[in-house]
Amino acid sequence: MAKSSIKVRAKAKNGVVTVKALISHKMETGLRKDKKTGKVIPAHFIEAVDCEHNGAAVLNAEWGVAISKNPYLSFKFGGGASGDKVKLTWKDNTGKTDTLETKVK
Amino acid sequence: MQRRYFLKNTMATGVAVMAASSGLLVSGKVLAAWNKAAFDAKDVQSAMKGAVGTDATEASDKINIKAPDIAENGAVVPVTISSTLSDVKSITIISEKNGTPLIAKFNLSGKAEAFVSTRIKMGKTSNVIAVCESGGKFYSARKEVKVTIGGCGG
Repeated sequence: MAKSSIKVRAKAKNGVVTVKALISHKMETGLRKDKKTGKVIPAHFIEAVDCEHNGAAVLNAEWGVAISKNPYLSFKFGGGASGDKVKLTWKDNTGKTDTLETKVK
Repeated sequence: MQRRYFLKNTMATGVAVMAASSGLLVSGKVLAAWNKAAFDAKDVQSAMKGAVGTDATEASDKINIKAPDIAENGAVVPVTISSTLSDVKSITIISEKNGTPLIAKFNLSGKAEAFVSTRIKMGKTSNVIAVCESGGKFYSARKEVKVTIGGCGG
């Protein structure tokens, strides 16, 4: 399998888990033009990110084109402990999707 | 001769199918879950209405927006939003003067804390508005970010 587009770290401290994730994605707005051909580069961006903790949804993000290229996302949730599973899934506007599961440190 | 015809024919239909499917995807109709109306809205009021259902928000000092006062590069503006409000259900980020102001909406479940951090694109100097939903009410806070180089467009 190809290398995952997601990098994720989850750390537990006093029952609160901090998740930091980096997704590699070009996040094309659909407004830029190709400098050589003058054609508009079609929009290509992540529109949804889901995060699950031990199978239960924690966060569901709806994104527009104004999220930076190679998006960074960080959030916190309570009631987690080291060894728990955190799963991150994204979906872009072309229907492409990727998912990664990691363990809380 | 026949083989050539076959190849030509299948290739043509293949291209047609690809074009049709990509057309569908670009129009976004197959992905009903994405809030197209809100993300396509051109002004703050309709973006807010589309995202959270109302544009009437109460200013609150319990929402903290951490963003640079001056962003050198509008394409990458780190923004952290946290709130001391209880039971925050969603956090919405809006950049006032972007072509399409709505940037993102984060729906939080019970366990999640009122904290999100991400990086956004900003077209020009404007306010970043954060809207938090708590107990059926909407609270907002804003912070001005000066942008020296815009992040939208080439």
